[in-house]
Amino acid sequence: MSEFFAMSGYALYVWSSYAIGVGALLLNIFWARSSLRQAEAQARRRLATGDAA
Amino acid sequence: MTWAWFHRFGSPPYFYRLATRWVPWLSWPAGLLIVGGLFGGLVIAPADYQQSDAYRILYVHAPTAWLSQMAYTLMAVAAAVGLVWRMKVASAVAAAAAPIGATFTAVSLVTGMLWGQPMWGTYWVWDPRLVFQLVLFFFFLGFIGLRSAIDDVSRADRAGAVLAIVGVVNVPIVHYSVTWWNSLHQAPSVLRAQGPSMPASMLVPLLMSFLGITLYFYAVLLYRTRAEILRRDRGAAWVRDMLAVKGKTE
Repeated sequence: MSEFFAMSGYALYVWSSYAIGVGALLLNIFWARSSLRQAEAQARRRLATGDAA
Repeated sequence: MTWAWFHRFGSPPYFYRLATRWVPWLSWPAGLLIVGGLFGGLVIAPADYQQSDAYRILYVHAPTAWLSQMAYTLMAVAAAVGLVWRMKVASAVAAAAAPIGATFTAVSLVTGMLWGQPMWGTYWVWDPRLVFQLVLFFFFLGFIGLRSAIDDVSRADRAGAVLAIVGVVNVPIVHYSVTWWNSLHQAPSVLRAQGPSMPASMLVPLLMSFLGITLYFYAVLLYRTRAEILRRDRGAAWVRDMLAVKGKTE
């Protein structure tokens, strides 16, 4: 098992690549969600303050 | 040939509802394929005879590099459609694609550096493939920056579209850079005339990662496009109706 994590001595490069890749996948999901929430909130505010489109 | 479908896609409420419905159908297979592909790349695929375990960076590097080029091409085409036909939905798609593309272009560059250090002995060389991929990253940043500098959304869309279209010339240059010039970067080993140059236990996880990240891109893209459509159609009656219904059920 420790041999697997050692990646023949390339552990630092291999594992940080996978961490960055997975981090970017999760980050984009988070950004997309917050972007939609923000857009909905903006649209609601505009509706609440009258239809000054 | 009827263009009715094209006009239907151009309708913000129609596209918004379609995007909402499609996201889960794309997300689940994307998640399974990505988990399977990364697991296969780390555990099932054998070590490379020259690079030993360092080559496993491939399973992050190649799919994100592919995604960066696909995202740019789609962004430029959508922006052009938005510019030429004044199609709000297409401009929304382009604006939604940019941040995803920029992130994964950065990931492809950084994982490439993390691969270059142990294999080439340096994080960075001024090699055609690397330089043009960096230029792709700057085009994404330029598109995002230019759009955010203009307050009016439709003007931002038009200005951004011109930049996106200019930059699309860079996509084939990135792709063919390893063939046209004597590059330190390796030539393609999957999409080549003689067929893939790796055994199935290496190739299958790679193809799963490619397909998974492609579906992932379209899932996140549609999700973000919903937000961009709302920004362009805030005052519309369908938005008011939708938010009123949503407000009651929440």
